[in-house]
Amino acid sequence: MGKEIIRLDNIRRHFQVGDETVKALRGVSFTIEEGEFVTIMGSSGSGKSTLLNTLGCLDTPTSGEYYLDGVDVRSMGKNERATLRNRKIGFIFQSYNLLAKTTAVENVELPLMYNPSYSAKQRKAMAIDALKAVGLGDRLYHKSNQMSGGQMQRVAIARALVNNPAVILADEATGNLDTRTSFEILVLFQRLHEEGRTIVFVTHNPEIAQYSSRNITLKDGKVISDTRNDNILDARAALAAMPVQTD
Amino acid sequence: MNFVNLFKIALKALSNNKMRGFLTMLGIIIGVAAVITMLAIGQGSKKSIQMEISEMGSNMIMIMPGAYMRGGVRSSSSDMESLKLADFSSIEASCPHVTFISPIVQSSAQAIYGANNTPTSIYGVNQDYLEIRSYKVGDGDIFTDQDIRTAAKVCVVGKTIVDNLFPDGENPVGKVIRFGSIPFRIIGVLESKGYNSMGMDQDDVILAPYTTIQKRILAINHIQQIVCAATSEADTEVAISEITEVLRTNHKIKAGDDDNFNIRSQEEMASMMNSVTSMMTILLAAVAGISLVVGGIGIMNIMYVSVTERTREIGLRMSIGAKGRDILAQFLIESILISVTGGIIGVLFGAVAAYLVQLIGNFPVSVQMWTVVLAFAVCTLTGIFFGWYPAKKASNLDPIEALRYE
Repeated sequence: MGKEIIRLDNIRRHFQVGDETVKALRGVSFTIEEGEFVTIMGSSGSGKSTLLNTLGCLDTPTSGEYYLDGVDVRSMGKNERATLRNRKIGFIFQSYNLLAKTTAVENVELPLMYNPSYSAKQRKAMAIDALKAVGLGDRLYHKSNQMSGGQMQRVAIARALVNNPAVILADEATGNLDTRTSFEILVLFQRLHEEGRTIVFVTHNPEIAQYSSRNITLKDGKVISDTRNDNILDARAALAAMPVQTD
Repeated sequence: MNFVNLFKIALKALSNNKMRGFLTMLGIIIGVAAVITMLAIGQGSKKSIQMEISEMGSNMIMIMPGAYMRGGVRSSSSDMESLKLADFSSIEASCPHVTFISPIVQSSAQAIYGANNTPTSIYGVNQDYLEIRSYKVGDGDIFTDQDIRTAAKVCVVGKTIVDNLFPDGENPVGKVIRFGSIPFRIIGVLESKGYNSMGMDQDDVILAPYTTIQKRILAINHIQQIVCAATSEADTEVAISEITEVLRTNHKIKAGDDDNFNIRSQEEMASMMNSVTSMMTILLAAVAGISLVVGGIGIMNIMYVSVTERTREIGLRMSIGAKGRDILAQFLIESILISVTGGIIGVLFGAVAAYLVQLIGNFPVSVQMWTVVLAFAVCTLTGIFFGWYPAKKASNLDPIEALRYE
């Protein structure tokens, strides 16, 4: 058994919309251990996004307990959660969310800017290391508008890695990419998994679940299945099997 | 998050939108430049007036006969014959805060030398008059006590008189000119003083012993004015009350009755002039200040647009660990950067504009340190004031909503 990174205990999240109470999460409990690659699936309206926001400490549950890397999140204030996000979480978004007209290195440095313990020199060195790790060593000073979607998502992944987080949270990270580029990104995620990183990947694409180590499915704010994947497909092989475009 | 990082982030954001930043700044630049120039003009004229007044002698006191009712008719003060030489002597004798004192009798006529003539005034005074009005004799000399006793027909002339009567550059000292029908021998020439703040030519003057004017021109026994100097500018008030005391006694004015004389000090005039120029300065500054406020509103507007436009960026920054106060500081620094940079450029522009006003318009200007400091402080405050609400709005965004913003 690895170290427990995420522990959800009967998480409920209710929203008040007008007179109605919308129950987005109705008692979700699970734990994720260090080194797991978990996909969270579910159709729209199943509570995926709310769960991800909760896991990402952007939102606090109405009831239930959430421990991230042993820290009780529910009792934390706004600023404490901001610091927690800065140190423990790496976010990857569907639409990359890179700063416009800003170089790859500067984008990746961003999380470290909000951590006063790093000097400018350290930040830059760490950002360059992270970009090299995602295969963008030759694109360090390209601006975000000079890169392809796949490259931008790699920059975003580098940004999520640079603070060496306890968990990487990906929200439809391949949603905006074509099939081939999606697989390239998946290869990268699998490699990060092999290196022992903990990844939570929210998606509505069932195909991706075949490449993760565990799949949690949500429906109507509840976990309806939580299965370990004993037969993890290799994204690298799938990529190699794809017809190479020649024209 | 340390300040240097925030500063870098703000600088980066501004450089991403150079044109917009510059145009926003322009509002502040114009505002500050206007404030600096207007204040420089206001201060300049104030300073030049102060200088003129102190040149005239800031401790000067003028005593004139007052207008008073005689049988229901209010008489003109110049018709009064209430000031006597005795008054002059008593003030000289018993007012310790009065240093220099001179009677004045004045007459206007044509001054003639050979084929040249000029209309001018002759002032009958004593030697103290030169001290009081800061005149200096260049060539020749001033008349003596002997000249006053004998009512000698000698005079000292100003440069304008010399220019008009001796256009060929003759040495006027020793020449005899006529004032009306009376011949006067020139014994000295005054150094040029130029025009005073009222536009009066201070060189268009002939000075002669007061006895000469009294006896030979006007045929009067009274004197028209007494002019004197207090021991210092600060002593003017004391000197005035001493003079009042002496004159009331001399003129046998009962307690409770009005004075039959007027006392004017330069200080009074200076304070009047000051209040006029201060009013002008305030007016100019107010107009300029309005343009600064307009510039500030420009900043606020742009910051609002910037916050809305960068909602997703704000969401991202928050999701990777920016606290509300980091976002607040980032946008606040941006607006302060705009306003302070605009302020620096504005101060430079304003100083240059003030210099041009002096150069081209020949108007006295004075850029003073406090106006620069004031403009700067106002700029920073403008940045904080007008940047606060947009920045606050940004810092209060919900990261989840902000990330989803399209």
